[in-house]
Amino acid sequence: MPIQTRRSDDGRTLTIKIEGRFDFSTHQTFRDAYEHSDQGIVNYVVDMTDTTYLDSSALGMLLLLRDYAGGDSAQVRIENCNGDVRRILSISNFEQLFAIR
Amino acid sequence: MDESLPEQGPLRILIADDSDSDRLILARLVERQGHQVVCARDGMEAVECFREHSPHIVLLDVMMPRLNGMEAARQIKVMAGERLAPIIFLTSISDAQTLARCLESGGDDFLSKPYNRVILEAKINAFNRMRLMHRTMSHQRDLIRDRNRLLLSEQRVAKRVFDNVAHTGCLDAPNLRYHASPLSIFNGDVLFACPIPAGGMHILIGDFTGHGLPAAIGAMPVAEIFYGMASKGFGCEDVLKEINQKLKRILPTGMFCCALFIQADFHLNQLRVWNGGLPDGYLVRHNGERIKLPSNHLPLGVLGSERFAVEVDVICTEPGDALLVATDGILEAENADGEMFGEDRLQDAMAGCTGGDDLFDSVMAAVSQFTGDQGVQDDLTVFALEMVDEQVLADIPSGLPQSPLSGATEWQCVYELTDRTLGQFNPLPLLLQICLEVPGLRRRSGEIYTLLSELYSNALEHGILQLPSEWKISPEGFGQYYAEREKRMSETVGHSIRFTLRHTSQEQGGRLEILCEDSGKGFDYRPCLAETCSDNKYSGRGLMLLRQISSSLSFNDKGNQVGVVYDWKFT
Repeated sequence: MPIQTRRSDDGRTLTIKIEGRFDFSTHQTFRDAYEHSDQGIVNYVVDMTDTTYLDSSALGMLLLLRDYAGGDSAQVRIENCNGDVRRILSISNFEQLFAIR
Repeated sequence: MDESLPEQGPLRILIADDSDSDRLILARLVERQGHQVVCARDGMEAVECFREHSPHIVLLDVMMPRLNGMEAARQIKVMAGERLAPIIFLTSISDAQTLARCLESGGDDFLSKPYNRVILEAKINAFNRMRLMHRTMSHQRDLIRDRNRLLLSEQRVAKRVFDNVAHTGCLDAPNLRYHASPLSIFNGDVLFACPIPAGGMHILIGDFTGHGLPAAIGAMPVAEIFYGMASKGFGCEDVLKEINQKLKRILPTGMFCCALFIQADFHLNQLRVWNGGLPDGYLVRHNGERIKLPSNHLPLGVLGSERFAVEVDVICTEPGDALLVATDGILEAENADGEMFGEDRLQDAMAGCTGGDDLFDSVMAAVSQFTGDQGVQDDLTVFALEMVDEQVLADIPSGLPQSPLSGATEWQCVYELTDRTLGQFNPLPLLLQICLEVPGLRRRSGEIYTLLSELYSNALEHGILQLPSEWKISPEGFGQYYAEREKRMSETVGHSIRFTLRHTSQEQGGRLEILCEDSGKGFDYRPCLAETCSDNKYSGRGLMLLRQISSSLSFNDKGNQVGVVYDWKFT
């Protein structure tokens, strides 16, 4: 599976881990990852440790997640980006919308 | 489709054998299994029967007079064309060479004499299944082919519509160069350029998320807004706000447009640049110095109007400076080994370039050379602009269609802005539109815009805000000037600017009178009028311009009321 999800012990944080290329082919799986999770999730973490590439449709998917998680009040963190991924996120100025670490 | 799907009822089976007894036995067997039989006594007859009855399956003896089985098989296969008509050879021969030749001539299988009822039935059923499967596949293939043809023709039409909307501007201006993929509609890249009434031009390079029609559909309103507002004289901030708001409203979340907007002013020699999500643009000075124009905004269509930021970078330029912008296709262009072109190679390609042509050609050559046989990929848009003397661009046609309606020629209007509106609203597009309703004046929108904008900024910046124009002599002063303008603007209360516009028709043309009055203290205009124009003088250029364009320029005693008369003739 290119996408794995993990729920924190207190049940409030959902971590979505993406392996390999994050692009349009992952669209449905990525949506399923957060839409089918249980109630009570407050924080979302997108773990990019093993993400090698990110394209503009992936940026779109991140925006979808942000909307789902509450839009401007969403708590979405993007973690462990490699250099290329980081560059794409910062060209699009996604720091303004997400906490990127 | 020669037959409709699905098929019911008995099969039509052709039996060709010169031996009457053998033929009869086989015909009886086949009939007993519920099929229709058509008989032939030699190869010639078999071919004739096939033509006449188009049987579903053919049972063919190998050795026959006039035309033997193999030759008959060849002719039948040619006649059947794409349709699968299975041919089973009837034979008592077991010589491998001959059997192989039977298959080469177009046969699909053998049935050995004497006939076995069970094997016969099984083979007929097996070949019928194969025949039906083949027919279903051909049917589906034809369907796909037809749909695809339809889709392509729709896309061609869509592209023509798109080109009419997207390429009506001034992309052919002598100081612009660009590469846009011939299929740009389907990769979501857009490139627009439009001359603006104040002189200079607006340029937008955009890259929609996604591909195909959704991206193209998003491009349409952007083009409409861009060309509509640019030609009416709205500044880049206003155009960006409007486009962003529109895209935010119509695009689904997750779809947006990375874009770089350029407002090029060849008179002031100034670039205003806004980059939201495109790779760094580059300004290459004529002395070789390179300045990055990084993305410092979110793409268009992501944020709502209340959070959308339109701060632009203002860059002073000189003729010969050139600007290069490309979509991410340039950094991601791949060579045969799957390596990407990347930032470093782009920097190398720009090294030592001077001027727009050189820059563009050098970058394109580097990308082509790098991608080699792969060719430059489809999703790449590259654009270069060179700052030139404004005279070079004196006559770029706007490329926009003129309204066929005849307009107002005799009218007068008064328009007054007060208080906070002074700082928040740009009245020039509105006033310009009123003037351009006069048939014939549209061709002079540049001069009229200049008159209105010089009068307005004179009234606002000097009349009301009392800013000294001497500050604009140095680049630092320039910054100070605009910072102070911002500050004083926010503190201003109880002021107003009033425009009185009047147009009358005259023989072969008309007269436009503009009176601009501000609530400021006024100023001593006489020294300004007395001085002659010289290039090294930074202040007072506005008045010089007014004087040059208009047929008369007048002030009231106090200096807070300026009037110009603009006489024009049809050309």
